[in-house]
Amino acid sequence: MGKLDKFVEVGRVAFIANGKDSGKVCAIAEIIDQNRVLIDGPCSGVRRQVCDMKRLHLTRFCIDLPHSARTAVVRRKWTAAKLDEKWKETSWAKKLESRRLRTNMSDFDRFKLARAKQ
Amino acid sequence: MAPKAQKKPQGKQMAKSSAPHKPKNSAINASRLMKYSRARIFQRKAAYKVKKVKTPAKKSAEKAAAAAAFVVKKIGGDKNGGERKVYKKTPKSLPTQVASRKVQLRPKKTFKKHVRRIRSNLAPGAVLILLAGRHKGKRVVLLKQLESGLLLVTGPRKLNGCPLRRVSQRYVIGTKTRIDISKVALPERLNDAYFRRQRSAKKSAASAGGSADIFAKSDAAYAVSAERREDQAAVDKALMGAIKASGDGPMLRSYLRSLFSIKSGQRPHAMVF
Repeated sequence: MGKLDKFVEVGRVAFIANGKDSGKVCAIAEIIDQNRVLIDGPCSGVRRQVCDMKRLHLTRFCIDLPHSARTAVVRRKWTAAKLDEKWKETSWAKKLESRRLRTNMSDFDRFKLARAKQ
Repeated sequence: MAPKAQKKPQGKQMAKSSAPHKPKNSAINASRLMKYSRARIFQRKAAYKVKKVKTPAKKSAEKAAAAAAFVVKKIGGDKNGGERKVYKKTPKSLPTQVASRKVQLRPKKTFKKHVRRIRSNLAPGAVLILLAGRHKGKRVVLLKQLESGLLLVTGPRKLNGCPLRRVSQRYVIGTKTRIDISKVALPERLNDAYFRRQRSAKKSAASAGGSADIFAKSDAAYAVSAERREDQAAVDKALMGAIKASGDGPMLRSYLRSLFSIKSGQRPHAMVF
């Protein structure tokens, strides 16, 4: 069992692993019950909605949010904390990006990569 | 609405209107429903005034010949009369009913009239991967789609040995890579007839004659015609120029030279080409 340092709390930044907004990060605005939370990601294009905990992977980021904060507040706190840059700098995000680039490589790109590796 | 008064044509002095033809009827919607019915248009055009011109019986002579029971044929030889009446044989079976023609509501379309489609990702200048044939695995440049629907491609021959050739869409992977061939002028004569396979004339003549030596050796191996060489050289030159002008010139050249293959771990259905 790993370190139990990522808690489900108001303000926790989470990564949506599957479903419609998969691949995006959002903040937890409210905890509904054992399994569900209210998420909101105005800066990353995630609508304010109820989300099952099973879909979320917690990140190590947490913003200072009052519970049930409305979207405008979430946006303000998010941009103040510069979460977009911080997220991009994580190796998690970098790996996702490289995976995305790799799958979208055209035949020519693959050829150029193979050549570069030689 | 009363029909408009029509100018009576005065024999050969009918004035030729220089104004553009204005149709009296028009469609009122997209389904081409006409504003005036056929009867109405007859009235509007005053077609009742137009005298029907009787077409001269041009084919009466031919018809008469067909209807006659015999044909007069000339014969040679002396004191023969010079002619014979050859009577027509009655057909072996005569139909008892008039053969009714089946109404073709959707008539069979001949091959020429088939709709030619092209995959959306195949556009002139696209790099294709050939999947079958003697040039399989080669990356070639698509020049255009011919009238038969086949694609006209070329290596360029300088790079990978694939000549100006027709290829079916079905045996091709279209990649995202594009070369700008807007400045490449293709010779006019590159069409389906140009690429049509030539059957050896000797064989066809012999088969018509009937007394052929069926064990005769077929013609010598295929030899490239002068026009082919000419066209290949012209297209190659222009195409190499276009490749050079494009962003990734040297890389593109080695790319077109290389062969395509699926490596271990690669899943074609998940790959982007």
